[in-house]
Amino acid sequence: MAQPVRDYTGAIKDTFTSFWHGLSITASYLLRRPVTVQYPDRTPLPLPDMLPPRYRGFLEVDLSICTGCQVCERTCPINCIQITLEKDPTNPKLRAITQFDIDEAKCMFCGLCVEPCPTGAIQHSREFEGSMKDIRNLTIRWADPLKPTPVFKVDKSAEYYPRAPLGSLVRAKFDAKAWDAKGPQYLPPAPPAPKPAPAPAAKPAAPAAAAPTESK
Amino acid sequence: MAPPSQGAKLKARSLVLVTLIVAPAIPIALLGAILFLTGVTKPGVLDAFVREVLGHDPATWGGTYLVYAGALAILALILLTFGAVISGMTVWYEMRLSSRMQSRVGYNRVGWGGAFQWIADAVKLLLKEDLIPAEADQLLFRAAPYFVLAGFTLTFVALPFGESLIAADVNVGIFYLTAVTALVVVGIIIAGWASNSKWALFGGIRSAAQVISYEIPAGIAVMVPIMMAGTLSMQGIIRQQGAWPWEWFFFRNPAAAAAFVIFFISQLAEGNRTPFDLPEAESELVAGYLSEYSGFRFAIYFLVEFGNLWVMSAISATLFFGGWQVPFVGPQDYVDAWGAGGFPALGWWGLQALSMLVFVVKTLIVMQVVIWVRWTLPRIRVDQMMNLCWKYMVPAAFTMFVFTALWQILVDRVPALETATGFGLFGAFLVTLVVFSRQTLKNISLVRGDRIDLTNW
Repeated sequence: MAQPVRDYTGAIKDTFTSFWHGLSITASYLLRRPVTVQYPDRTPLPLPDMLPPRYRGFLEVDLSICTGCQVCERTCPINCIQITLEKDPTNPKLRAITQFDIDEAKCMFCGLCVEPCPTGAIQHSREFEGSMKDIRNLTIRWADPLKPTPVFKVDKSAEYYPRAPLGSLVRAKFDAKAWDAKGPQYLPPAPPAPKPAPAPAAKPAAPAAAAPTESK
Repeated sequence: MAPPSQGAKLKARSLVLVTLIVAPAIPIALLGAILFLTGVTKPGVLDAFVREVLGHDPATWGGTYLVYAGALAILALILLTFGAVISGMTVWYEMRLSSRMQSRVGYNRVGWGGAFQWIADAVKLLLKEDLIPAEADQLLFRAAPYFVLAGFTLTFVALPFGESLIAADVNVGIFYLTAVTALVVVGIIIAGWASNSKWALFGGIRSAAQVISYEIPAGIAVMVPIMMAGTLSMQGIIRQQGAWPWEWFFFRNPAAAAAFVIFFISQLAEGNRTPFDLPEAESELVAGYLSEYSGFRFAIYFLVEFGNLWVMSAISATLFFGGWQVPFVGPQDYVDAWGAGGFPALGWWGLQALSMLVFVVKTLIVMQVVIWVRWTLPRIRVDQMMNLCWKYMVPAAFTMFVFTALWQILVDRVPALETATGFGLFGAFLVTLVVFSRQTLKNISLVRGDRIDLTNW
C-alpha cells in the first residue's frame, strides 16, 4: 500500500519534535536535584528527623519506671521478651527485676508490648542502626542480674512518668559494643556432637522453657 | 548516627584531593604521551634523532628501521591504552550523567564521586571465570573478540588529535575509517554464530542487518564533507575548515548540517547505541551476541562499545566541526613555530597542545550529545529501524549528496555565498540553542517547587 505523502513528512516532523521535547526534558532533569538521599554519608536533616512520625525502631526499656508487671512479656506474640523477677533481698516486700532481655533480632516491631505498658517504660525508639556480626549481641539485657532493679511503685495520681530521653538508652547499649564483638554464650550453644552424658542435663531445661507458655 | 570524627573528615578530604588529582591525570598523561609520540614519530624527526643523538647516518645505518619500529610500537601501545582508558572513563561519565537525568546520584563509592569505578569494574571483569560454552564453536568463539578489538584499535591509526598529531595521515583517511569500523560487525556476527545460542545468533544477525544497512546513509553522508574538502585525508578535511564556527563545514552548507544529522544517526546505529541497541535488547535477547561471553572477552566487547563513542565523536568533530583548528593560528604559524632544527621547538609543542585541547573539547561535546540521546529515547522496533534507514535516511543522504554537488559548483562561482551561509546558519544555530534552553527552563518551572539545583552530587 502506498504511503501518503503527509504520513511521510509527518513522520520526519514527529522525529524532530520528539527529539526536541525529549532532549529538553532530560536536560531539565539534569539541572534538578536528584531525590536520592545519600545515607549514611550525607543526610539533609539529622537522621531521626527524616523518619516518619510514628516510626517503630528498636524497643527500649527504661527500667527505672518499669513496674515489673510482665504484661509486655505475655503480649509478645513471638516471645522475644524474657523477664525474671525475684524478691528484693534488701526489702522483702518488693520484688526486683533480675532479667529483662529483649531479642531485637527476633522482634518484629509490632508494637503490641508498648500498648499495655502501664508506665510507658517499654517503647519503640527511633533508632535502627544496630548491625552486629553476632546475632547474640542483638539480645539486649536491660537488667543486671547482679544488681537487681527494684520494681517501680506506680503513683496512681501521676499523669506522667518521667523517663530517659527516648532512644538514648538503646543507642548507648548498641554503642557499648563494637559491631564485630564476640557474642555472649548465655544462649543455648549450638548442639554438640551427640554424647550420652548431656541427655539428663537437657531435661530440666525443657520444662523451664515451657513454663512461660503454661502461665499464659 | 554519630557525627563524623576529625579523622573521618580528614580521610574524606584527602579522598577528594586524590580523586581530583588522579582521575584527570590518567587521561591527561595519556594525551600527553600521544602528543609527544605522534609529534615525534615522523620520518624527519626520527632521522634527526638517529643523526644527532645516535650519531649514525639514517640513510645507511641499519638500526634506523629498529628505531622506526620501536617508536611505532610504543605509539600503538599508547593509543590502545588511550582507547581503553577513555572508554572506561566514558562509562563513568555516562553513568553519572544518566543518573542525574533520572533523579539519581549514580556511582559514588570508589573514589570521590565514584571516579575510579571503571577501574574497579575492569579488575572485576578480569577476575571473572573465562567461560566457553561446551556446545560453542571453540575457535570462532575465541577469535571473535579479536576482530572486534582490531576494528576498534585500527581506527586510531587515522584518527587525528591535533595539527600534526595523528599516527598516520593516510590520504584515504575517512575511507579507511569506514572500512575498519566495519570489521567490528564481522566480530559480532562471528560471536553470534559461535555462541551456538539462539539469543546470540539473533543478536548477531540483527547487528549485521543494522550495521550494513546504516553504512549506506553514513557513507553517502560522509561524501558531503569530502566533496566540500576535495580530499579523503582526515587532516586535509580539517585544513579545509576554519577555526571559527562559521568556517566549519556544518555551517557552511545547509546540506552538510543535514548530512551531519544523517551521519550521527547512522553512527548511533553502527555503534549499537540506544535507540538502536536492538542487537542487545535485553527484554528480548538477554544480551544478544554478548549472552555467552564472560570475563575478559566480555570486557573487550564492553570496551569497544564505549570506546566507539570517542571514535564516532572524533570523526564527527573532524568532518563537520573544524577538528583541531585553533582561532588566530594559521597553517604558517605551525611551520614558523617548528624552528630551524630537526627537532621542533617548544613553541611548536605549545601550539600542538592547544590544537589537541580544541579537538578533545569538541569531541567531548559531541560525546555528551550521544550519551544524552541514549538516555532520552526509547529503543525502536526492528521494522522502524529498517524503515528509518531505507525510507528516510538513504533518500535524504542521496539528496544531500546531489545538493552538495550543485552547491559546490555554485560556491565556486560565488564564494561569498558560503560565507553568508556560514554566518546565517551559525546565527540560526545560536537562536535554536536559546529557544532550547528556554524550553528546558520552562520544563523545570512547570513542576511546582522544582528549580535549578546542582547540589547533591
